[in-house]
Amino acid sequence: MNLLDPQGPVAAANSTILVDSIFIMLVIVVPTIVAILAFAFWFRASNTKARFQPGFVYSGRVEMVVWSIPALTVILLGGVAWIGSHQLDPAAPVPGTGSPLRIQAVSLDWKWLFIYPDQRIATVNTLTVPAGAELNFQLTSSSVMNTFFIPQLGSMIYTMNGMVTRLNLRADNEGKLQGLSAHFSGDGFPHMMFDVNVVSPLAFPDWVAATAKSDAVLNEDTYTKLKQQGIERGRPTYRLEDPRLFDLIATQHIPPGPGPELASGAGRPHSGGHDAR
Amino acid sequence: MLGKLDWSAIPFDQPIPLVAGAVVLVAILGVLFWVVVKGHLPYLWDEWITSVDHKRIGVMYILLASVMLLRGGSDAIMMRIQQAVAYQSQGYLPPEHYNQIFSAHGTIMIFFVAMPFVIGLMNLVVPLQLGVRDVAFPTLNSVGFWLTATGALLVNISLVVGEFARTGWLAFPPLSGLSYSPGVGVDYYAWSLQISGVGTLVAGINLVTTVLKLRTKGMNYLRMPMFCWTTLASNLLIVAAFPILTATLAMLLLDRYLGFHFFTNEAGGNVMMFMNLIWAWGHPEVYILVLPAFGIFSEVVSTFSGKALFGYRSMVLATMAICVVSFMVWLHHFFTMGAGPDVNAIFGIASMIIAIPTGVKIYNWLFTMYGGRIRFATPMLWSVGFMVTFIIGGLTGVLVAVPPADFMLHNSMFLVAHFHNVIIGGVLFGAFAGFEYWFPKAFGFRLDERWGKAAFWFTFTGFYVTFMPLYIAGMLGMTRRLQHYDVAAWRPWMIVAAFGMAVLSIGVICQIMQLVVSIRNREALRDRTGDPWDGRSLEWATSSPPPVFNFAFHPDVRGEDAYWDMKTRAQQQSFDHDVPGYQDIEMPRNSPTGFICAFFASIMGFALIWHIWWMVILGGIGAFATFVVFAWRDHDEYVIPAEEVARIDRINLEERRSLVSMAGAV
Repeated sequence: MNLLDPQGPVAAANSTILVDSIFIMLVIVVPTIVAILAFAFWFRASNTKARFQPGFVYSGRVEMVVWSIPALTVILLGGVAWIGSHQLDPAAPVPGTGSPLRIQAVSLDWKWLFIYPDQRIATVNTLTVPAGAELNFQLTSSSVMNTFFIPQLGSMIYTMNGMVTRLNLRADNEGKLQGLSAHFSGDGFPHMMFDVNVVSPLAFPDWVAATAKSDAVLNEDTYTKLKQQGIERGRPTYRLEDPRLFDLIATQHIPPGPGPELASGAGRPHSGGHDAR
Repeated sequence: MLGKLDWSAIPFDQPIPLVAGAVVLVAILGVLFWVVVKGHLPYLWDEWITSVDHKRIGVMYILLASVMLLRGGSDAIMMRIQQAVAYQSQGYLPPEHYNQIFSAHGTIMIFFVAMPFVIGLMNLVVPLQLGVRDVAFPTLNSVGFWLTATGALLVNISLVVGEFARTGWLAFPPLSGLSYSPGVGVDYYAWSLQISGVGTLVAGINLVTTVLKLRTKGMNYLRMPMFCWTTLASNLLIVAAFPILTATLAMLLLDRYLGFHFFTNEAGGNVMMFMNLIWAWGHPEVYILVLPAFGIFSEVVSTFSGKALFGYRSMVLATMAICVVSFMVWLHHFFTMGAGPDVNAIFGIASMIIAIPTGVKIYNWLFTMYGGRIRFATPMLWSVGFMVTFIIGGLTGVLVAVPPADFMLHNSMFLVAHFHNVIIGGVLFGAFAGFEYWFPKAFGFRLDERWGKAAFWFTFTGFYVTFMPLYIAGMLGMTRRLQHYDVAAWRPWMIVAAFGMAVLSIGVICQIMQLVVSIRNREALRDRTGDPWDGRSLEWATSSPPPVFNFAFHPDVRGEDAYWDMKTRAQQQSFDHDVPGYQDIEMPRNSPTGFICAFFASIMGFALIWHIWWMVILGGIGAFATFVVFAWRDHDEYVIPAEEVARIDRINLEERRSLVSMAGAV
């Protein structure tokens, strides 16, 4: 999950900006730290060679330099930020080979549901994508906020109930990656990690076909069971009955997921399903 | 009768909070017992609890902060151990417990450690630096302190009665809403912050008024010590920002108590509104904490370099620039919300702009040291340690202000490392520097230097060993608040961080030892002159500890570094301060208003949390009645006769004369 080992263009651009910004700043930070230590050491009271200049309390030239050094750095970095924000807007398209793949992600308590509306399939806690294709994400949440993040593909984004956020990514190399939720969402939060399988564009249709034969069906009923609080240790796959399911969730036609029930008394509720650990 | 409260609220199945709670309870009862048996109760009541003396209130704020630092620090130790052991296992803390711990750690460290520490130092020092006898509203000051203590009390009660929030220190909805957090945890969180928030606002109004309206003769704005300027900036931010926090939490509470829909998923509630509002308070809050620390470093660096502060006017400008710009950057806390690129870029650049005045401050401290004669007493060590550490925190801060970089680092361990870097390296180092620097002023004896230096080196090293690994874990994709994890690459860094935490803890133990040793050797460490550091501002012009009225005469200020000026002049002339004409001094009377008010507020807060409505009404009426009684008081001042003033002042002058005659050339 190393941020400096990007597996797609978005992560590559993000981490380039990250590293470049660090180096731009190090150019002034390192000399400043050295100067602090050097001045502190040289002007120690016991050093008789250092010249005591109690009157040196203002210098127009020094003032000008000390205001302009950080100002110039910020102008430079501000440019990086402005251009970077526009080029790496999560909603901006990321061109790839073949037709873009639409994926609808829903964060549940405490698992991820990935719906492939065009393929009529859905998966839980595992995301399978073809290498090289533009991945077109729409994201929402069944209950509380989460953040969708695959570190080696770049750019995280919030998921919120009743709202849809958008994110475009691309995975360049086949292999296994990991994704996670980067926003605390309750007792089962550590279980919101998911697998990302990047497969070859040729293997992807086979995977879709195999998944479409799944016995389990995802419809409002099964979704309602899925949105109960709890941990999913397996990697279930579903046939998707209604390709509009995501819209029904995002528009709250299907009500938000329930929270925990209060156990005895009031003070200390137990985690839903008692299996949050 | 007791609302939601019953025996199930006590976590009999969880040994850790129960044992911790029992130990604290025994300790408190023990101290109370000792106080009563030894007959110290009247002293405590007259001299401290009901005191409206800004110095006493300042000391009590710092005491509160120190005690809560131990509580928040214990939470930190538990978290670091949990993350070190919870690789492919559950560790020793179940999620419902771990989640309370990190929520409590954040809440306590910000609201009940950092805030009271800096407010305490401001209370203690600012009136002295301004050359005045008290703050603008002495009784209100006491109310502010005791309400803060109420908040701290409620947070600690949650340890054994019910639970604390499991939502993180900012309690984002909808997780903090009634549907997803039906327990009392969020209510403990919200009510303790509401009550202590009132206290903070009151303190802010008081200090702003003090700086603006109460300054001694000749102390115009551009002669104020830097700490007064940063106090002004910080408290202006308090006055502007804390009402936002109060309003936001009030809306959250309306959602939870009366079925409103400000931040719920249903019925048009908007969680992003909470995000915006809480950070519109939360970001200025960061500067509320760090600006006073900047002021402390300005005082310390200048004093121990034996020079006036370099570029004073530039520093004033930088302080006020930070004060204004800090209100325009809150959105950088949620670049990943999916707002457009223009919004993200503008807020990113605005955030970077704060780095300019902050950088200027660093350079001005640097040039204050240049050409100085630097004495490395403990406060100066903290200051140099701060300058080095804070620059690194600034670097990572500007980094996460670049939206595309933040898309990778948001909410990660990198971010955790960043804000600890600036809050420990900035605020806490500042608070410790101020503590070491002004301790002799408050108590009349210096702190032991050897233990002080040991505390610095352990804390400084411990900080790096703890938080540098977290930067790396963040770069490896690790997000925050994980109760356990299965990623092997993160493990070694968590173990190193836990080891660093141990080093940090030794630093804290050294700090405690320093206090113990210094109190024991207080006669040897006695500061008879009132000016142990060869200081430059007016707090050093009076005795240590200062008399209740601070100054027998209002000092006459003729330039920056007022006291340095006086000392220089006094060497040419004699210390001819002994002009006849001591006058009676009127000082505000002690008042139990603050304590009683907070007593009722505690009852009301507890009752609100547990829905015990009759008790809510009782507490509310009690608190209000206390205020009414205070408002109709007949006598609010007493007179210290001129002879008494003269007697106290002469003792101080004697000591000071001998100091001046002994001192060499400046």
